[in-house]
Amino acid sequence: MANLNDLKLRIASVKSTQKITSAMKMVAAAKLRRAQEQALASRPYAERMERMLGSLAASAGKQPGASPLLVGTGKDDVHLLIVAAADRGLCGGFNTNIVKEARKKAHELIKAGKTVKFYCIGRKSRDQLRREFGSSIVDTIEDIAKPSLGFDKATTVSDYVLRMFDAGEFDVCTIFYAKFKSVIVQIPSAQQLIPFEAEGDADASGLADGGIYDYEPSDEKILKDLLPRNISIQIFKTMLENAASEHGARMSAMDSATRNAGEMIDRLSIKYNRTRQANITNELIEIISAKEAL
Amino acid sequence: MANQQVEFELVSPEKLLFSKSVDMVVVPGEDGDFGVLPRHAPMISTVRPGVIAIYSGKEISERIFVAGGFAEVTTERCTVLAEIAEPVSELDKATVQQQLQDAKEDFSDAKDDAGRDAARKQIELSEARLTAIG
Repeated sequence: MANLNDLKLRIASVKSTQKITSAMKMVAAAKLRRAQEQALASRPYAERMERMLGSLAASAGKQPGASPLLVGTGKDDVHLLIVAAADRGLCGGFNTNIVKEARKKAHELIKAGKTVKFYCIGRKSRDQLRREFGSSIVDTIEDIAKPSLGFDKATTVSDYVLRMFDAGEFDVCTIFYAKFKSVIVQIPSAQQLIPFEAEGDADASGLADGGIYDYEPSDEKILKDLLPRNISIQIFKTMLENAASEHGARMSAMDSATRNAGEMIDRLSIKYNRTRQANITNELIEIISAKEAL
Repeated sequence: MANQQVEFELVSPEKLLFSKSVDMVVVPGEDGDFGVLPRHAPMISTVRPGVIAIYSGKEISERIFVAGGFAEVTTERCTVLAEIAEPVSELDKATVQQQLQDAKEDFSDAKDDAGRDAARKQIELSEARLTAIG
């Protein structure tokens, strides 16, 4: 039978764990709200960028000599996978799911005889990929949300990626992240960054709105400026989406951890009380039988 | 004419900075400044670092510094996408001069092309800011 003192200590320790998880849940909820606001605030820019790009791609993309960022290098031998996860754990399956998705893709590509390179955003994605793909990780960026998730962080990533692309180090670039659907549901997804894939409705809305534009200085020149920026915007967008997903995942993970701790405390308390009662009964029996023996 | 104003929007990646109906806005385009009035021909232009002037009536009501970007003009709307935008009234001459000084030092300290490029961009930005303050 468990010792009374042990049980008491056990209950106290589960209680303090519960305090921590419920505090983490609260913090995650506050951060989630901020991340959602930020994601919402960044939407107008991305939308307008997409509209412009859609109409530009429609007019300039067909010409020969269009930017390789738009039409690709003509090969798809080397793939760069950007894996965006979090810096910290304790957020359920969030990191694992993203990495799993990336790993699946990497295996498919390797099977098809392609070369795969990784660029990791967040400490956890690097930690999980290091064992299997250690030598193909080109770089890692950490602490992207410190002190705040700014556009400059996305620019750092995109600058690096574009430098690699210009140096011909890869042909296709895909980013893996978790799409924020709701607090409970985050969908690990992949999005192709290079060459640019116009989303179905992007060019349609571009054409509907005002029809044909004049370009100044010229469509190719604007496109050459716009495409690299679009990469940073897309990366920024995925980072914001990811931040919201991370906090959402952590919130629900911590919520169930708190609930589990509560159940555990209940169970332990019952056990504690039963043990205490059994001890008292035992003592009483001893006293009574001692009295009868006299 | 019912609507003699242009919808002007200034957007940065982080948020929508400015959205208002104005009488006219002058945008520093790559090939020179252009003014946008209602029923302007649709166009897309790159924007060089400089000052966007917003007019109400014949007066400039607001001046905003942008560090390059893109402008999309339709018949009723003018949208500027800028990564850095700050009102000219909030720029401080001493700070900008200090930045310029720092950037110049970075330029001479830079060891590779990438570093020099980054520093050169900083120098151009600071100089554009100085011109904006005038």
